[in-house]
Amino acid sequence: MANRQPESRIWIFAEQRSGQPADVVFELLGKARLLAAAPGWKVGALLIGHNVSGTAALLENRGADEILVADNPGLEDYRGGNYLAVVDRAVRNYQPDVVLFGATAMGVDLASRLAARLRTGLSAHCIDLELNEKGELAAVIPWPGGDFLGRIVCPRHRPQMATVSPGIFDVPRSDFPEAEVLTIDGALNSDRGFYRILEKKPEERKPGDLENARVVVVGGYGIGARENWALVEELASVLGGVAGATRPPVDEGWVNADLMVGQSGRTVHPRLYIGVGVSGHLHHLVGVKGTELKVAVNQDTRAAIFDHCDLGLAGDYREIIPALIAALKEPRAGGDL
Amino acid sequence: MEMIVCIKPVPDPKQAGKMTIDRETGTMIRRDVPSVINPLDRHALEASVRIRERHGGRVTALSMAPDDVLPVLKESLARGADRLVLLSDRRFAGGDTLATACVIAAAVGHLGTFDLVMCGDETTDSGTAQVSAQIAEFLDVPNIMHVDDCGVSPDGDLRLHSRNEEGAFTAEGQTPMVVSVTADINEPRYVTLMDVLDSEGKEVLILSADDLPLEESWIGLEGSPTRVLELFEPERKSRAEMLSGTPAEQAAVLADRLRRLGFRNG
Ligand SMILES: Cc1cc2nc3c(=O)[nH]c(=O)nc-3n(C[C@H](O)[C@H](O)[C@H](O)COP(=O)(O)OP(=O)(O)OC[C@H]3O[C@@H](n4cnc5c(N)ncnc54)[C@H](O)[C@@H]3O)c2cc1C
Ligand SMILES: Cc1cc2nc3c(=O)[nH]c(=O)nc-3n(C[C@H](O)[C@H](O)[C@H](O)COP(=O)(O)OP(=O)(O)OC[C@H]3O[C@@H](n4cnc5c(N)ncnc54)[C@H](O)[C@@H]3O)c2cc1C
Repeated sequence: MANRQPESRIWIFAEQRSGQPADVVFELLGKARLLAAAPGWKVGALLIGHNVSGTAALLENRGADEILVADNPGLEDYRGGNYLAVVDRAVRNYQPDVVLFGATAMGVDLASRLAARLRTGLSAHCIDLELNEKGELAAVIPWPGGDFLGRIVCPRHRPQMATVSPGIFDVPRSDFPEAEVLTIDGALNSDRGFYRILEKKPEERKPGDLENARVVVVGGYGIGARENWALVEELASVLGGVAGATRPPVDEGWVNADLMVGQSGRTVHPRLYIGVGVSGHLHHLVGVKGTELKVAVNQDTRAAIFDHCDLGLAGDYREIIPALIAALKEPRAGGDL
Repeated sequence: MEMIVCIKPVPDPKQAGKMTIDRETGTMIRRDVPSVINPLDRHALEASVRIRERHGGRVTALSMAPDDVLPVLKESLARGADRLVLLSDRRFAGGDTLATACVIAAAVGHLGTFDLVMCGDETTDSGTAQVSAQIAEFLDVPNIMHVDDCGVSPDGDLRLHSRNEEGAFTAEGQTPMVVSVTADINEPRYVTLMDVLDSEGKEVLILSADDLPLEESWIGLEGSPTRVLELFEPERKSRAEMLSGTPAEQAAVLADRLRRLGFRNG
């Protein structure tokens, strides 16, 4: 591109709550570092909050070239308009080419409003990002209704923006050179457009959460009825794992929405995944990463999931799963000590 | 309270499995899958109607959609909306979330002053969850997503409870505001035949781009910064090793492998 700035920037929004950076921040930094491999590219982390110098220190060697910090008492809590004012100003001043957000509650809300304010494009819930030599970003998303992925681009507007779900990108293992910490303007000119927070309650993270489970057994629409869900739970429990769900069981009200695995749900990293009555849409499968063994139980031998897993059992789960549970519960046969 | 509920028609999620896509254009081939009101938008409708029942006011259902889905959208009237406004124009087609929110916000402004715009958190068909916040930005009012409780305080402010993956909070804000809701906010009412018959005389307004303060460059494909470059098949495709035998035999083989891999001790 003829008039490209000598310096090009990828920014990531360094979401934090009470000073603790969200996990997705480290994932985005790692990916941004890879995207910014070409000469002339810089990775920036945009950190907004109050008393966040300790947070900046946590991000220093995680892949950013610069950490841009806006620190102000009015930025203590995310209230939409307050963060938006600061990000908007920073983007106008520095003109980054790409701005990435975690697809978290805060990230989606802030990114959506920012894109509208800047009248630029925002790709939702991406599972991969690519940057070509012209500095054009392609965002990869699962496409509904088939076994395809789509590439979304934003050809004429800048910055190019995208949200990425937590758990999609790996956190790099090694450290990077120390970033430069820059202070940016965190002033809030008015209180217009903000709501007041009366009370807040942080979510208690339960151990054994889906994200950390070693074994995840996912029940799909093929489970057929709420009464049958107990079989999914029991198999998970026999294997010392956690039960998850595709979207239809959530829509049907068989299980809580917290159990949903996939693009709009959680990303899991189990060693063992067993999908029961799951057809294998990419919207679901993109939420299952890094497994050692993927098993599917489906009565339809043509189900797409059999093209995405290691081991397939064709048949009615109502016969297979009880037999499997029984076999797993049986004391081990043979001469084991 | 002057309330506007944004409703989007989507292919019936219960039958979404029947749909395929045209690989060239990326458009859905819907076969005979009927449209329904996006499930979360029914919760948004219910929440607004309940506020009207307690505090008075008016509920307008607003949708940007092709006019052939009008019969589906009329369900909103049976669910208690006072009127239905359909934004229908070929030039709106192909809009991304920015262009969609731009049209909806222009219509909200056109309809007069409002206190509350209610949306669903996300749709079941494309589900970006971007539209509600973008409508709010175009209207220049605050917004809160993931709302699972919504009330009006004695002084007329909105009292909202929102819960997301990081926790929950209660907030208070002055109207006007944009709110998007989760399924936890309520149980949408059961619609009776009487409700349907009663709703028949209600007002239905159909507006085109010419009725709204919009420029062609803001709407439809032209007004959409994002483009679908292409569709492609994912790389990792490995056909599973299929176990053979009766269900019990397959289960026994799997149990044995899981044991040997250390997934089950004893
Ligand atoms: C597979 C796919 C991926 C896409 N990805 C992107 C993307 O990454 N970025 C992008 O900008 N666009 C994207 N689009 C386009 C986008 O889906 C459309 O603009 C769509 O009309 C609105 O988005 P949504 O359904 O995702 O709405 P959401 O943001 O999920 O909807 C939230 C709420 O907004 C309201 N609402 C949404 N649409 C309407 C409407 N037409 N009328 C009335 N109320 C409405 C409803 O209350 C709804 O519950 C994508 C489309 C497809 C098919
Ligand atoms: C924007 C967007 C985001 C989405 N996000 C997610 C997400 O995060 N997570 C998610 O899961 N989905 C998501 N979806 C939905 C996704 O596209 C699929 O619709 C969904 O994953 C299908 O779930 P399923 O495989 O359980 O159901 P189905 O596709 O209906 O499959 C059911 C399977 O069960 C089998 N079966 C039936 N009876 C039996 C039996 N007795 N024994 C054995 N097998 C049986 C059938 O052969 C079939 O293959 C999203 C969709 C969109 C558009």
